[in-house]
Amino acid sequence: MSQAPDEAPRRGLRERLLGTQNRTLWFWVFVGPFAIGLGLFTYVPLLWSLYLSFFDAHNTVSPTDFVGLDNYTAMLGDESFTSSLGTFALFTAFIVPATYALSLALALMVNRLRFAQAFFRSVFFLPAACSYVVAALIWKMSIFNGVRFGLANTVLGWFGADQTAWLSTTSPPWYWLVIVTVRLWLQAGFYMILFLAGLQRISPTLYEAAAVDGARPGWQVFRNITFPLLRATSVAVVLLLVINAFQAFDEFYNLLSDSRGYPPYARPPLVYLYYTALGQGQNLGMGSAGAIILALIIAVVTIFQARFFGLGRKED
Amino acid sequence: MSISRRTLLAAGSALAAGGALTACGSNTGRDEGSSGGGGGASGGPGLAQWYHQYGEAGTEQAVRRYAAAYKKTKVTVQWRPGNYDQQTAAALLTADGPDVFEVNGPTLDQIQGGQVVDLTDLFEGVKDDFNPAVLAPKTYDGKIWSVPQVIDMQLLFYRKSLLKAANVEPPTTLDELVDAARKLTDKKTKGLFLGNDGGVGSLGGTPLYAAGLSLVTEDGKVGFDDPAAARALGKLRQLYADKSLLLGAPTDWADPSAFVQGLTAMQWSGLWALPAVQKALGDDFGVLPFPKDGGSGKPSVPVGAYGAAVNARSKQQAAAKDYIKWLWIEQAEFQTDFALSYGFHIPARISLAKKADKLKQGAAADAVKYATENAYAQPLLWTPASATAYQDALSRIVKDGANPDTELKKVVRKANEELQRVKKKTS
Repeated sequence: MSQAPDEAPRRGLRERLLGTQNRTLWFWVFVGPFAIGLGLFTYVPLLWSLYLSFFDAHNTVSPTDFVGLDNYTAMLGDESFTSSLGTFALFTAFIVPATYALSLALALMVNRLRFAQAFFRSVFFLPAACSYVVAALIWKMSIFNGVRFGLANTVLGWFGADQTAWLSTTSPPWYWLVIVTVRLWLQAGFYMILFLAGLQRISPTLYEAAAVDGARPGWQVFRNITFPLLRATSVAVVLLLVINAFQAFDEFYNLLSDSRGYPPYARPPLVYLYYTALGQGQNLGMGSAGAIILALIIAVVTIFQARFFGLGRKED
Repeated sequence: MSISRRTLLAAGSALAAGGALTACGSNTGRDEGSSGGGGGASGGPGLAQWYHQYGEAGTEQAVRRYAAAYKKTKVTVQWRPGNYDQQTAAALLTADGPDVFEVNGPTLDQIQGGQVVDLTDLFEGVKDDFNPAVLAPKTYDGKIWSVPQVIDMQLLFYRKSLLKAANVEPPTTLDELVDAARKLTDKKTKGLFLGNDGGVGSLGGTPLYAAGLSLVTEDGKVGFDDPAAARALGKLRQLYADKSLLLGAPTDWADPSAFVQGLTAMQWSGLWALPAVQKALGDDFGVLPFPKDGGSGKPSVPVGAYGAAVNARSKQQAAAKDYIKWLWIEQAEFQTDFALSYGFHIPARISLAKKADKLKQGAAADAVKYATENAYAQPLLWTPASATAYQDALSRIVKDGANPDTELKKVVRKANEELQRVKKKTS
């Protein structure tokens, strides 16, 4: 009786839901789990964090005490937070060019090898497979420990130098040496592979043409041919390096923290926020405000960087 | 067609987001009525109890044995390695936390946030038998929020033979400690080990108490707004600047290895290290409190106690309280066993501490004496935020040679803010 009029719109709805040849259905079967995961574990926490940042949220994720922008002003006025941003800027300013130069140099050297190229490529790449935590602990406990039988101190001891407490000395700031070397060791190989791929894409005819035109091999060829043609790779590498520097946490935390906390030097923002929000303080409101501030800074830097390097612009 | 597909997509994603939100809400919301928090320990039958990972062999088996001996309810023990404070803090926010848990606190924020249950009635008739120094930081608003399990204390170990060889007397003032550490330092051995961070984390407020001050006074004010504080902390800088401190050892201050291996002549460590030191060095060591500084100073040792607390989200609070009362108040035998058979702690009950044979002689007897005469416990009102500010300042004073006066002024300001904040919550 009333079935017939119902049937038509139902079939229409069904078709609209499933799409032609069930395409919509399959779209959701494949994309759905990922979209739900992304929403549940990325966007919801993100928005929740934004919500928390406007509340006095000590030890709770469902706060009631609205404080407006107080958390933001407190965080921006917090000397430890601003100095952690400084630490982080310093770290990025150093680690990005250093890794860039080292991995490019490695790639150029490995690329020129006539034999055993695969061997050296693997040797330099292997550290990338090591975990940051493990590497940090090896650096902290065996290479750069402060007693006379640490590797670095043993070597220096042969030349009669006193033992140095690498991670505890703030003047000169030896701890930077430890932090930077562990990251260089871990990262350089990976970016070397990217550069190698870039180098192998450069057509040999260009070098031949340059040689015919009288370009001296070495610096002149590198300056005028290799480097400009690596532009796409370079942009990608720098972008990845900056993002990695933003995420710096593992090696800092594992090198410098102890059971009683973290020293006030070499404390990047993520470590500071970790202690604020998730340490004994459990100040989730302040932590969230800090995270939002950090996210804004990252967004601005990334946009600026993309503009500056012309990310995604078509190569000629 | 493409438009309708797009609208469908938008509607679908909105739906997914909505579903995600509600799913999340039932997990994290405070609605205790629904049991939808996943089959967590607090939902099922029996009690879930959490311990942090003790380093000493046998402790885990011991706590499992105690739990098994409890006949009224089944108790499941979880032994949790890693960052225990972070783990419990996170678990207390959810419905899946433990019913009974060990906590180095609870913190003031946890108490004010209503995350732990008032346990005052368990102490009826036995309150005076608990060491007052460790019970004080468990007490807030006249109520007691956790049952102290054992007393931990920190103290200074020194190697008698090394001091004798350098012609140094065991130091009784902070100045003597600075001198002794300098004299004991040579090419292979450092004079003093306060931790790889130079003592910033391990000492905390101890030098302030040794100078006759405190972190927070009894009436809830900042206790170190005084020139004596800067003077005492300046002497820690002296230790660092003299290069008398061992830094960057493979193990930290809590572990006696550096002392036992002869990397240092004196080490600040805990009572828990005493059996290992005794085993390695025999009689060749002694223990001291942190030496006093200045005319109004007094020697001081920090004491603390892990306490057993009940999660306010537990659905079986009464059963959990019964269990805690049984284990940590009634079972004297288990308490003594837990304190002395594995690590080395002082039982929290004065009557048990007096009875323990292991605590009657040698360095252990000295330690018990310090714990009764010179003990201070970190006040409850000394919040983590204040502690961080203080540690940062101390690190800058010790390592960078920052001016102690100006650094301490900043800490006093921060601590005042924190005291204001927590007082505001009470009223």
